[in-house]
Amino acid sequence: MVTTVATKPIRRSDFRSAMIFLIPALIGFLAFFAWPTVRGVYLSFTEFNLLQPPEWVGLDNYVAIAGDPVFWNSLVVTSEYVVINIGVQTIAALVLAVLLQRFTRSMMVRGVVLLPYLIANVVVALVWFWLADYNLGLINSGLDALGFDRVGFFGNEALAMPTIALINVWRHLGYTTLLIFAGLQAIPRDVYEAAEVDGAGEARTFFGITLPLLRPVLAFVLVITLVGAFQIFDTIAVTTGGGPVDATRAITYYIYERAFGRFDFGYASAMSVILMLILGAVALIQLRVLRANDSDLER
Amino acid sequence: MKRITIASTAAVGIVALLAGCSAGAPSDGKVTLSYGLWDSNQLPAYEQCAADFEKTQDDIKVKVEQVGWDDYWNKITTGFVSGENFDVFTSHVAFYPEFQASGQVLPLDDYIAADKLDTSIYQDGLLELWQDPDGVQYGLPKDFDTIALFYNSKFTDAAGYTADDLASLTWNPQDGGTYEDVIAHLTVDANGVRGDEPGFDKNNVATYGLWMEASGGADGQTQWSFLTASLGWSQTDKPWADSYNYDAPEFADTISWWHSLVEKGYMPSLEAQTGISWADQLIAGKAALVPNGSWMTGYVFDSASDGFAPAIAATPVGPDGKSWSMFNGLADNIAATTKHPDEAWEWLKYLASTDCQDVVADAAVVFPAIKTSTEKAVAAFEAKGVDVAAFADHVTDGTTVLYPITDHKSDVNATMTPVMEAIMSGKSGTDALIAANDQVNALFK
Repeated sequence: MVTTVATKPIRRSDFRSAMIFLIPALIGFLAFFAWPTVRGVYLSFTEFNLLQPPEWVGLDNYVAIAGDPVFWNSLVVTSEYVVINIGVQTIAALVLAVLLQRFTRSMMVRGVVLLPYLIANVVVALVWFWLADYNLGLINSGLDALGFDRVGFFGNEALAMPTIALINVWRHLGYTTLLIFAGLQAIPRDVYEAAEVDGAGEARTFFGITLPLLRPVLAFVLVITLVGAFQIFDTIAVTTGGGPVDATRAITYYIYERAFGRFDFGYASAMSVILMLILGAVALIQLRVLRANDSDLER
Repeated sequence: MKRITIASTAAVGIVALLAGCSAGAPSDGKVTLSYGLWDSNQLPAYEQCAADFEKTQDDIKVKVEQVGWDDYWNKITTGFVSGENFDVFTSHVAFYPEFQASGQVLPLDDYIAADKLDTSIYQDGLLELWQDPDGVQYGLPKDFDTIALFYNSKFTDAAGYTADDLASLTWNPQDGGTYEDVIAHLTVDANGVRGDEPGFDKNNVATYGLWMEASGGADGQTQWSFLTASLGWSQTDKPWADSYNYDAPEFADTISWWHSLVEKGYMPSLEAQTGISWADQLIAGKAALVPNGSWMTGYVFDSASDGFAPAIAATPVGPDGKSWSMFNGLADNIAATTKHPDEAWEWLKYLASTDCQDVVADAAVVFPAIKTSTEKAVAAFEAKGVDVAAFADHVTDGTTVLYPITDHKSDVNATMTPVMEAIMSGKSGTDALIAANDQVNALFK
């Protein structure tokens, strides 16, 4: 136990200065994360319309949510969004990152790839909304000129959510690509050289070396993008507003409607708590399954 | 040294911040009221009213603030909680029942009685919109809106219709009357074939006779309320009713007829109308005829071009022999959070007087609520070359139905909108309205 004796005084003095540096962040954390979370959980057990004091109702909100078809539908359409958005985005970003690493060192190209990410979400959504308009949009005029039927990208129940998911793929692809690209560059060159010497082909190298060694970065990217995808809101808010019927009424949009449209803050808080639990579970499972904490590079 | 500067800057900053918070408190014996509205088109007129008002008052100043619709309501609702709010604000019946029920807006009856205010000067019905179920007055009317048909006279001229033809359309829920005939004839497919001619391709329409502006949800204010009114139907039997009538056959018949226009190709499907707004579709020549509200007059007429010659016609005459319109009005409320209720009342009273409403009338943006000011607004529109008689005649003829005002308004909207969208997209039939009505009425139990 020599080490503990030696480290103890050092630790104490470290702790004090560490606390000084942590205080600004801690104040922010307590004021903007911890307290709102505690308050949100409390409100989920109340009936609260913002204008009158909250009234304790126990588990009533949760019971009502369990029997609310719009809530269950919102989980289904949110999942639809997440699967399409994350599936397409991750695969496309991986391919694009490998291409970038293999074929170009141009900063220009990397900049262009990132460009859509630099445009505000709402602007992206509105521009695509107009481009995809059934009657006046450029995309449908193009389809019409080529002899195809016009498509109600946002107005068709089956297409509205995939359309929104793909628009956000367009916006976030560059950012995700860059994260994966950074991970690719961290893989030592000698591994590839060894593979080449051993006669491994392109596919074998990719699945045998690149993917396994990229795993911690991919895990990080997946957790971040997946948690973000579950919170899809702005694109829906400025285009479909939850419609047609309930086809794009995703969970966060439904929470917003309940709280700020219908002044049902208790009910909305309860749904937020459920969403928080879902996201916590998803992140935990991902980190476990993908073993994000250990890298195969540690030889 | 540096540390001291930072500390003192911070201290100065905090002092400035505190001072900022208490702005609006009387500093030189004057009270500054804040007044909120959301329509930027009306800002100049109300700034003029505020300037005129300040001349009549020695110690009241008014700061007019305009905030866009969404942020406006967020600001007001959170302002009730924080206590920092507009003293007087423009209110809408979609929100005010909630405010009134939770005591966030001040009752005006004592003030009205003390000042012996003449409330008969407003267009009939507007005052009642701003009373609670017990008849307590919470707002004084500022303006109103009605519904008429906007159309592109380039298209109607080409189809051989005169303005008189369009002003005397008839409608019934069985065959749609001459309203449907005109809509069919104004519909043109990509090959130039009209909707009532043989060989019309309903899957390739270039110009729709009528535009669908979403499903209308619970109100159908601009979509179908003027049709159902001619059948003697409205959403509720009276203001503040505790049940709705969505299960009535008159309503189902009207919606069935309306949806039949989609199947015939005279009106875009729900899918095809999602996107750019109706007004821009009309301006771009994708639609010939669109029913909508008087508040859109400025936007539509400012967009006139070589291909778009806007005009207005009255809503079609229904089976009861009358042309109808839904009738809604705005009013000003006093927030319960105000520290100067008496001064706020003076300003509200001024807003509801001919002094201010005549100024608003001259701007020719909306119809003021006072009868004589309404006439001035009609004249002001005429001076701009816009004939708004189709809107204004409804109040003189008494052919208006009030915008349905009840408790649980936002819940009713949230319930009805998906149901109406399912019907208008052909996913469910009008029989879904019966279950929806049960669901709506359950809100009141």
